[in-house]
Amino acid sequence: MSETPIIEVTNLVRKFGTHTVLNGITFKIEKGDVMIIMGGSGCGKSTLLAHIIGGAKPTSGSIKLFGEEITTMTDDQLAKHRLRFGMLFQSGALLQSLTVGQNVALPLIENSHVAPEIVDLVVKMKLELVGLTGFENLKPAEISGGMKKRVGLARALAMDPELLLSDEPTAGLDPIMTAVVDKLTLDLTRKLGLTAMIVTHDMTSAFRVGTKMIMLGGAGPKQGTIIAQGTPDEIRNCKDPEVQQFINGEPDGPVALKLSKSDYLSSLLHEPEL
Amino acid sequence: MRAYFKLNFEILYWVLIAPFLGKPFKITSVLHEMINIGVQAIPMASLTAFSIGLTLAMQGAHELAHLGATSYTPNLVIVTLLRELGPLLIGTVVIGRSGSAVTAELGTMKVSEEILALQVMAINPVRFLVVPRFLAMLIMLPVLTVFGNYVGMLGGWSICHFALDMNTTAYITRLIDNAQPMDLYSGVIKSFVFAWLIITISCQAGLEVEGGAEGVGKSTTNSVVTSILAMLIANALLTGFFFFFE
Repeated sequence: MSETPIIEVTNLVRKFGTHTVLNGITFKIEKGDVMIIMGGSGCGKSTLLAHIIGGAKPTSGSIKLFGEEITTMTDDQLAKHRLRFGMLFQSGALLQSLTVGQNVALPLIENSHVAPEIVDLVVKMKLELVGLTGFENLKPAEISGGMKKRVGLARALAMDPELLLSDEPTAGLDPIMTAVVDKLTLDLTRKLGLTAMIVTHDMTSAFRVGTKMIMLGGAGPKQGTIIAQGTPDEIRNCKDPEVQQFINGEPDGPVALKLSKSDYLSSLLHEPEL
Repeated sequence: MRAYFKLNFEILYWVLIAPFLGKPFKITSVLHEMINIGVQAIPMASLTAFSIGLTLAMQGAHELAHLGATSYTPNLVIVTLLRELGPLLIGTVVIGRSGSAVTAELGTMKVSEEILALQVMAINPVRFLVVPRFLAMLIMLPVLTVFGNYVGMLGGWSICHFALDMNTTAYITRLIDNAQPMDLYSGVIKSFVFAWLIITISCQAGLEVEGGAEGVGKSTTNSVVTSILAMLIANALLTGFFFFFE
């Protein structure tokens, strides 16, 4: 493909002390892709996302957003770049001191010189998109967790971004709302050509919206590396036992049930660990 | 420490330079914070100032009575209030009320990813959150201090009038005769410096919170302790400075 990829991550490594959280991550997201990032808890999904939005600096490796290297950017350049993508946070991350409507309007008011009437109109449109028309004047503390997430989505879309980043967009939503959010993502990407990168554990939703998938390794030597990559079908037919365990949700397998390395009996009997 | 100076420079940039580059801060949020930090502190500040004026007059009159000089009580009240206790105690009230609140608020926003969300929306948290609080504090603490001085004088009057049978006119004349403009200026300059210290320390502590509710608690304690300490040191230095230059 001749077009520059929206996101291009090359050999990304991040270490916290001696602990390597991300180890040689390499992938590309082309325009119109819906990339699903999967992996068990603590495998570095959120760290990866933090690096892509420029909130953390990698130990080594390169991240290109819209064809430009962001790891060496100044704050000012980064801010300009950030106008081109929207991000949905896991908890919604709405400003508690503002109302729902003001939250959605915030990026517009702060980053563009649009007339207040237009801002009002956009807020109404975006809230209608997530099915929350009429909730403009409530504070985030007065609405449910699922609603906060939907407002977060409306806010992420307020600037009509080219790229949507979502951190667990469906966690904590009921199945119907999950389907609504999935359908919305599908509409936006298939019809409007939005590119999305979604971090999720929710396999139903992942296979419903994803066009490409990456699975990060959990425990052991594969920690922080990509263990499987491909289209949803390729992932489904992947022979790797860890991938199969993850997508089928089995309690025990290559990823052990027990996280502790010490012996359970000896810890019960207060024997010194070796 | 480096982060603290960096924050100071960023604040100065957003206040003094950025508005001329077409990146202004919001006047409405400054006004909003002025109400939070200043107007709503009036009851607490009044109470403190009144009680200080009252106790100063009581103690002073008691000691001065040994010398048969109770009529000098107003002199004592006015100089102590304007130069030392006014700025210091109003500063303490504002640290307890607003400094801690600012740290806790920013800290909670940090913990709940709100600050990260602002950054991702290309909104600078210093411009959006810190600058309004900074300006509000810089304006309101000196204003509160002047206000507190008046309430303190009222406290002194209540003792002089009711316990010492001093004529109200005599009390006021004595205050006016004995207070030099420099007394007022030095107090206001002090409160301005305190305001700067309090708000930058509180904001810095809030922005560097890590680790959930416990982190917010720790940072808030830290910010209050550091603010009070910084204020006391600055007060000693400034008092010395003013003595030296008069």
